[in-house]
Amino acid sequence: MSTWDRFVFSFFNADIALQVLPLVAKGFVVTVQVALAVIVAGVAAGLLLAVLRSFGVRPLDWAIVAFADVMRALPPLVVIILLFFALPFTGVSMGAFAATWLALTLVLAAFAEEIFWAGILAVPRGQWEAARSTGLSRLQTLGYVVLPQAVRMTVPPLTNRVIATTKGTALGSVVALSEILNQASSAASNAGNATPLTVGAAAYLLLFLPVVILGRWVETRFAWRR
Amino acid sequence: MSAILDIAGLHKSYGANEVLAGIDLQVRENELVFVIGPSGSGKSTLLRCCNRLEEPDRGSIRVDGTDILSPGVDLNRLRQKIGMVFQAFNLYPHMTALGNVTLALRRVQRLSRAEADARGAAALRRVGLDDKLGAYPNELSGGQQQRVGIARALALEPRIVLFDEPTSALDPELVGGVLKVMRELKDSGMTMVVVSHEMAFARAAADRVVFMDKGVIVEQGPPAEVFGAPRHERLREFLSRLDH
Repeated sequence: MSTWDRFVFSFFNADIALQVLPLVAKGFVVTVQVALAVIVAGVAAGLLLAVLRSFGVRPLDWAIVAFADVMRALPPLVVIILLFFALPFTGVSMGAFAATWLALTLVLAAFAEEIFWAGILAVPRGQWEAARSTGLSRLQTLGYVVLPQAVRMTVPPLTNRVIATTKGTALGSVVALSEILNQASSAASNAGNATPLTVGAAAYLLLFLPVVILGRWVETRFAWRR
Repeated sequence: MSAILDIAGLHKSYGANEVLAGIDLQVRENELVFVIGPSGSGKSTLLRCCNRLEEPDRGSIRVDGTDILSPGVDLNRLRQKIGMVFQAFNLYPHMTALGNVTLALRRVQRLSRAEADARGAAALRRVGLDDKLGAYPNELSGGQQQRVGIARALALEPRIVLFDEPTSALDPELVGGVLKVMRELKDSGMTMVVVSHEMAFARAAADRVVFMDKGVIVEQGPPAEVFGAPRHERLREFLSRLDH
């Protein structure tokens, strides 16, 4: 067997690929579920935190900044491990899905909060003043005048961060979450062949390439005007 | 006639820097009061205290009989009575001209979309922009943007409109259109306080000119007196520097 043949046999083995396809497909579904739940909860929590921060209540600001800094400093893998292995000692235990989801949501929320906050700050003060001078409340000003402009500015960095964080679903394999990577790597060790990992890689591309392309489209779509 | 705006003993400091050092000023109904003075004299701060974009340290401000500095005051409701026009226009870039004008009508005055649109369109017609209802701010010239800013203030049907250097950010050829709108507003009986450097406009349209320097009102009177026979040295100096 030539080197090339061995390479194809190990990584692109059609028989094995067909065998593991159902398993990887199952993992695909789990990954999609975690990813969607992380995106929705993480972006919403980040926006909420940024809005709270805009009210300028000192102790609350400090708490939000501390949360954002700690969560951005910790590797997501460490957060997952802490939630899954350490939390049970405090009497709270969660499954692999919940731990992965919560960890990535916290991380995404921290980054999203910073991105939204930067967007809010980038809206000129005159916008606040004009809106408040016509009698809009602080919250109305935020909702109708400031956030629509801030969010538009935050779309490109937020899209990148969403992609980076949701890819972290693969880290769930460490706590035995049966997502794509976990299914693929256990299938690979069972088969004594690396092809399932290739199938897994294809599954990730199938999932995230459209997201990346969508992000590119959203960026150009939101770049108009100003 | 009663005072729409009644300011008494107004003080405001930023740290050790006293920007307003005891201002007393009454503005009567239908009056156009024109505030002049060197930069840093506190003109804009005075204006911005009148709708509490700045918080004064001491003193009282009554608008249409209501003490706007009293603790229980409904500021958002009160601000409906006090229109403000900004130097940098401050239009909402993500909304059309009509959207800019109707936002507060719909969200604060709770008018239906149809009512708000009708009133917004009327306000834009008043500033000569009835053909620009659907235009976004970046599609308008600076002069047109400022007229939208004026329409936004007028749509609320305020008792008084404050103008904070409304033409300072405009190219010279666009100033005339904005001043013409302000003149029409004055002729229709609107009460106005204008901080500006357009001295020719002050001569032509103002009922009273107020000269401020270092946080106090140094001199005030009809434009002919203030410009023609200034009594204070500081005012004479200020006017002579303008001529160059």
